[in-house]
Amino acid sequence: MSRYSALGLLRGVFNGQSHWQPAWRDPEPKPNYDVIIIGGGGHGLATAYYLASVHGIRNVAVLEKGWIGGGNTGRNTTLVRSNYRLPQLHNFFEFGLKMWERLSDELNYNIMFSPRGALMLGHSDSDMVRLAERGDAMRVNDIDAELLSRDQVAKLEPLLDMSREARFPIEGGLIQRRGGTARHDAVAWGYARAADQLGVDIIQKCEVTGFLRQGDAVVGVETTRGAIGAGRVGICVAGHSGHVAAMAGLKLPVESQTLQALVTEGVKPMINGVIMSQSLHCYISQSDKGGIVMGGDPDNWPSYAQRGQPMVTEGAIAQAIALVPALSRLRMLRTWAGVTDMSFDGSPIIGTTPVPNLFLNGGWCYGGFKATPASGWTYAHTLATGTPHELNAPFDLDRFRRGDTIDENGVGPMPNHR
Amino acid sequence: MLLIPCPHCGPRAQTEFSYERTVDSVVQPGGDPTEAMEHLFTRANPRGPDEEIWRHTYGCRAWLIMTRHRATHAIEAMRAVGPEALP
Repeated sequence: MSRYSALGLLRGVFNGQSHWQPAWRDPEPKPNYDVIIIGGGGHGLATAYYLASVHGIRNVAVLEKGWIGGGNTGRNTTLVRSNYRLPQLHNFFEFGLKMWERLSDELNYNIMFSPRGALMLGHSDSDMVRLAERGDAMRVNDIDAELLSRDQVAKLEPLLDMSREARFPIEGGLIQRRGGTARHDAVAWGYARAADQLGVDIIQKCEVTGFLRQGDAVVGVETTRGAIGAGRVGICVAGHSGHVAAMAGLKLPVESQTLQALVTEGVKPMINGVIMSQSLHCYISQSDKGGIVMGGDPDNWPSYAQRGQPMVTEGAIAQAIALVPALSRLRMLRTWAGVTDMSFDGSPIIGTTPVPNLFLNGGWCYGGFKATPASGWTYAHTLATGTPHELNAPFDLDRFRRGDTIDENGVGPMPNHR
Repeated sequence: MLLIPCPHCGPRAQTEFSYERTVDSVVQPGGDPTEAMEHLFTRANPRGPDEEIWRHTYGCRAWLIMTRHRATHAIEAMRAVGPEALP
């Protein structure tokens, strides 16, 4: 398969763009693979790519129930950042952020990573103390964070309501300038194309319906397209982690909830970076097409329906309009929802399970997209070697039993982190 | 949005209710620690019906147990908890 390049585009001018080939094959499942990854989202495809490219394991299948990138990879708000307070989290996400910065080149696929800056607003003295604490925690680990005054925030985002009468007065902010957005579908497609080129079979419309067992160990999967044997099996299904793991007899520290987002009609540039808030739960950015993308709280009750409810959307919109009053003039174009696997400390789970040969990557809550490269990298390492990479070692399934949770917000054992 | 049949007040909008947790996550006092850990930190989380504890917070404020399908949102049963619901 040819590399994408400017020369290729130029060639197309003379042949009526007739030289384009499908970006990945549509293979029939083989009877056996070294590794099967359940779930063809960004994380699963990235895992397959790094298994093939870093660990030389190319006899790999990615099984996807629907179409690749059709789950949460296509339903997020495309934000990329590593501004976490706890070292386990910011080390992991910073490793990922560095991968984002060179991902288009690595995959030979334009994922449109746009480091336009991720700004968290502070609305009170205590907000500013918490932002400073977070920024300090990042900076001692060499991650960029900059505490901003009120005036600096006003200069960055002129449409914010900076008045003293504002519903949520703005005292300042913390910015990670290397944060930003990426084109979510392109991430799935880029990884799929790159993995396919290395020999990975991407099998769509293939739902896993059970596990093949030999004694305790998993030795393959039952699917809607027949049984497939595997040396190792990795679950990578985000919101569906709970019932897929249940097929292997596991009960996970996860509750599936719906997370909604929305986009307005396209307008000229009005939001320069990504706007978030320390106290509110609302995030605002402008897509390259001009739509204002907004997200808010999860629905906070369990659901597998990929649709949300207006009262939560309304809450997110109300907060966004309070921060940027000009948004009230825009019309909503589209809302959508994804099923997120809310873990019990707000942090992901990547590692081994008590079932031999079965591995788990899940519990991403509503922060999975930004983790895609790091998740794939560390999960591939775990699947290839049978032991976790140092970056995902803290995120093992057993940490809840040990009382060693990674609780960024300190809210305890409930899947309602915000 | 759901229309939730409160056993005390009749059908009401979901905005009046809050979700608390699943029935299988209630920790029994004096129970086995391993079991308590399981109740605290794991959920069956089925892609089908499950029993959930809800509260009619902005209505009669009573605790309720809802049996609801997680994918279709169909409410299969709704029962009161509290002294009046005891046998």
